[in-house]
Amino acid sequence: MSGLRGLLAEFAGADDVLAAARAARRAGYVALEVFSPYPVEGVAEALAFRSRLAWVTFIAGLLGGATIFLFQGWVHAIDWHLDIGGRRSFAAPAFIVPTFEITILSAALATVFAMFVKNGLPRLHHPLFAIPAFERASQDRFFLFIGADDPRFAESAARAFLESLAPLEVHDVPR
Amino acid sequence: MTRGVDSERWTEGEPDLAEVNDLVVGTVQSPRTRRSWLVALTLAGFGVLALALAVFGVFWWYVGIWGIDTPVYWGIAITNFVWWVGIAHAGTLISAILLLAEQPWRRSINRFAEAMTLFAIACAGMFPLLHLGRPEFFYWLLPYPNTYGYWPQFLSPLVWDFFAVATYGTVSLVFWYIGLVPDLATMRDRSTGLRARVYGLFALGWRGSARHWERHQIAYLLLAGLATTLVVSVHTIVSFDFAVAQLPGWHVTVFPPYFVAGAIFSGFAMVLTLLIPVRAWLGLRALVTARHLDYCARLMLTAGLVVAYGYAAELFFAWYSGDPHERDLLASHLHGRSAPLFWLIVGLNVVLPQSLWWRAARRSTVWLFVLSIAINLGMWLERWLIVISSLEHGFLPTTRGAYWPTFWDWLTLAGTLGFFTFFMLLFLRFVPAIAMSELRELVAERRRRGA
Repeated sequence: MSGLRGLLAEFAGADDVLAAARAARRAGYVALEVFSPYPVEGVAEALAFRSRLAWVTFIAGLLGGATIFLFQGWVHAIDWHLDIGGRRSFAAPAFIVPTFEITILSAALATVFAMFVKNGLPRLHHPLFAIPAFERASQDRFFLFIGADDPRFAESAARAFLESLAPLEVHDVPR
Repeated sequence: MTRGVDSERWTEGEPDLAEVNDLVVGTVQSPRTRRSWLVALTLAGFGVLALALAVFGVFWWYVGIWGIDTPVYWGIAITNFVWWVGIAHAGTLISAILLLAEQPWRRSINRFAEAMTLFAIACAGMFPLLHLGRPEFFYWLLPYPNTYGYWPQFLSPLVWDFFAVATYGTVSLVFWYIGLVPDLATMRDRSTGLRARVYGLFALGWRGSARHWERHQIAYLLLAGLATTLVVSVHTIVSFDFAVAQLPGWHVTVFPPYFVAGAIFSGFAMVLTLLIPVRAWLGLRALVTARHLDYCARLMLTAGLVVAYGYAAELFFAWYSGDPHERDLLASHLHGRSAPLFWLIVGLNVVLPQSLWWRAARRSTVWLFVLSIAINLGMWLERWLIVISSLEHGFLPTTRGAYWPTFWDWLTLAGTLGFFTFFMLLFLRFVPAIAMSELRELVAERRRRGA
């Protein structure tokens, strides 16, 4: 094994990095990652990545809403029943407002939490931050990364491949 | 999109990615505004002190120091609450509904409007809690297991209100924050020393990876969908505080949509009141153009028309109901005791905004600024009319009363204005006020179209 974590090619434009990512997929690389200052349309598809985050939102919303609805019923019909003019104690229509609010709240919090956890964030340091040029990934530069853990990764071949995509520069990412 | 519309751009000039970054980061890092910022912050700081004093007064002497008395149990604290929550709504509408509607112009103003939302909710949330009578027991509104065997009364609109505002505040905060994370990463990468560390901490290690962006965008979209429901539900639930009661002037079915429209109306007025001076002060005219103000004014006019419909429906149904108490209140509004206030509100909220049908009015920054302040005032007075005039009037002439706010009432209102300004100033100094990552997308899309 070399001392490299991978190679990082720097591009000036979103279209360049998108084309490079597609070329890398065609060349058989799989441990790929693209870094950009804004979401580039088509890159996720080029990397064959799909997120299932919406399921988290849906299930968390259902669970949160069902829990608070049943909880209100339990409070008013069982645990602390108040007879108010003989009205029915399981007053389902009146429970709708807190049910709605807790549905939204739990769906939103679960979505955000799942997004950060699946992204491996918060993570305060990362080997990529050691590369001075990488600070422009949050500003105006686009990067394609090939990881050394890729089964097809061989340092000289991967470097030659990245150079063939006409990047501005290819950076070594140390371990 | 037709070519005629497209020819007028959402930015002045043709900024590229680097220029957008420089312009926005410059508003945070440049020393140009530092002195005026310090002066403004000091002044707003006195407002925060006033609020601390007002809150201390309520905790020490309880609500007796306010002007409330039989039959007016709800004073301007509730007026202020409804007003502040309403203001918050425009920020959520801009960030959520306009995102789902794919309106590109929201990208220059959504961050700013969301910050306004957050601080407005914080101001709003204080009032009902302080108005509880025993504000130190506010946590009794939460359903938590306790030795009294007590639970909140879930059938009460006041408990609904607590759930609605708490959810609204929390969702607005996370929505704002996840939109902010990529921009905090930019700030981290453009700062040095301690600043870079602090921004780095809040940026949570954001690297702009394609997989991160994909999840981020999906989460943002989902949150926009969830927040959209809040835009229409929160003020609906606030209106239940009134509409569920039997009081003449409150017991009206038009209240939920009418409150929501009023919220969006006053919210856009506040967006304009803040945006017009801030874009000049921070030198952001290239990104927040006259066209943005124009579109805000159009939405304000639209919401204002629904508010006008709400006034008309309220009057009509008071008459049509045939209820003598409702008709009595109607007479009071039209030509009785509350008539001066009512007609002033109609002038400010219905008549003046009609000027926005003319393009010249929408493109006049001075007029928009004056009008937005007039609408803010008009909407505050409208909530006075709803909360206080209805309570003063009541059912029977024998139980009528009069209310006037005391020094402590006014101090609390002034305090929240100071609190709001103080935190908006902190936001403008330390956080990029414009969503850079979203603007970069806008710039890139335009380049791709070859415009």
